[in-house]
Amino acid sequence: MSGVLREGPELEAQGLDWLDDVGPEHEIVVSTRVRLARNIQGFSFASQATGEERETLFQKAREATQATEVLGDVDLWQMTELGSSERTLLLERHLVSRELITGPDGEAPRGSALALGNRKALGVMINEEDHLRLQTLRGGFQLVEAWRDVDQLDEELGGRLPFAFHHEFGFLTSCPTNVGTGLRASVLIHLPGLVLTKQIHKVLEGMGQFGVTYRGLYGEGSKIVGNFFQVSNQTTLGRTEEDLIDSLKTLVSRVIGYERKARSHLLREAPNVLEDKVWRAYGILGHARSLPFEEMMNLLSAIRLGVSLKLLKTPSVEMISRVMIHAQTAHLERAARRRLDETDADVFRAQYVREALAADSASEDEDTGEGWDRHSGDAT
Amino acid sequence: MDCENCGERDAEITLTEIENNEMRTVHLCSTCAALKGVSVEGSGAPPIADLLAHLGGSGGEQVFAADAEACDYCGTEAREFRKTGRLGCPQCYAQFADQLRALLGRVHNASQHIGKVYVSSAVDADDSQARLSTLKRRLDRAVEIEDFESAADLRDQIHILTEVV
Ligand SMILES: [Zn+2]
Ligand SMILES: [Zn+2]
Repeated sequence: MSGVLREGPELEAQGLDWLDDVGPEHEIVVSTRVRLARNIQGFSFASQATGEERETLFQKAREATQATEVLGDVDLWQMTELGSSERTLLLERHLVSRELITGPDGEAPRGSALALGNRKALGVMINEEDHLRLQTLRGGFQLVEAWRDVDQLDEELGGRLPFAFHHEFGFLTSCPTNVGTGLRASVLIHLPGLVLTKQIHKVLEGMGQFGVTYRGLYGEGSKIVGNFFQVSNQTTLGRTEEDLIDSLKTLVSRVIGYERKARSHLLREAPNVLEDKVWRAYGILGHARSLPFEEMMNLLSAIRLGVSLKLLKTPSVEMISRVMIHAQTAHLERAARRRLDETDADVFRAQYVREALAADSASEDEDTGEGWDRHSGDAT
Repeated sequence: MDCENCGERDAEITLTEIENNEMRTVHLCSTCAALKGVSVEGSGAPPIADLLAHLGGSGGEQVFAADAEACDYCGTEAREFRKTGRLGCPQCYAQFADQLRALLGRVHNASQHIGKVYVSSAVDADDSQARLSTLKRRLDRAVEIEDFESAADLRDQIHILTEVV
């Protein structure tokens, strides 16, 4: 049975259910993404396609996604029907790429769309750089599980749409860097310990030798903030999907081990400095009246570290991930029901963060009768 | 804010480090950050255009030379690809196969796909013989890579198709 198709529904909490399940290794890994690039036989790649071809392709993809079982109920948005703030909101949730929401002319490209199933942000970008980008997003470190979902979606869609496949080159993609498996798996990993102990460059350099690359928060070309690194496989051809997933998993596990070691080293060697850093960050986040995004991310990084080392009791890692999503500008605009310039956004962001931290520590107080931390007095 | 290392460019990345129980925060430009081993924009892959510039540049034949024939299907020319790094259509892969092998070898250290084998049930079987040979070839490959599940699927499909024919 295929599910219900809702076209252009109101944007609510779609694609955020991964926030409810922080997942394995959540003290260090924020989220896991897997995507597959697929193209349809007989059509030019999206960059070469005419508006009409893109439209036809959209209709085909729309029917196929609706008919899949693994997606369940499908929400579908055409980018041309969304305002720019709404498109940015989807970008802030990592559900769409910049290329999907903005064409070379700065407008929403014709035929570009997002089809989203009702769990784990499993869905399809339509008319991106490739005709289809199948993707999913999970909390914590769940590469194998994420691959399994996307693989299943691939099987279903491939049975309904004729994918472009070549016996030698595999699944054909617009850019040869994606050809073969079309698979890009990435893990958003938080490495403050390695940065603070100056070991990060060694670790990052080492990754290169294992066919793994790193980027900032929003994929290609995006800046690294708050010690969050997006680590992904570099090559897509000449290895099986399982092999690619497996090596990334092995490598990330190793990095998680290094990060743990760095954190306990810091806790042992520099407890005062560390505690001071964490509590100062907590203080600023709890009281600032204007908070630029990057400053917020750096402070959230510190309290995320503090919580995982039990220097802080609240907020929860889950709440920190929520704030990372909801305190972005388009999300703040949605809550404020108006466009915000940078100054306004910083003020709204500060307010959102204050309230989120207060709510989380209040719910913690109910449980324990105190928001104070047991380590805070005895670290010398 | 200016970069605290060179004082020349704008700072783009903030690094906090702890040494001897003291914390230090430095604001660096992307160049100085890269010198410390942290690239602001991540390591990424070198752009295709850069790779092409290095391929076959030393006297040998240029890969994707500007005079290579354009794709029959979409008309994409080699020099367009050199510029954008994007091919125009699936057919481009057949058209530029020789040139792509060299490029893919550089990008992926491989030019032969060994992952999932695509078996389409959506393709119109207007040419059963061509389809049959495609299926047989895929079956060979599946057996070769010991993907017995796909192989079993393919055998079933070949079986069905030969009965119809
Ligand atoms: Zn500098
Ligand atoms: Zn072509």
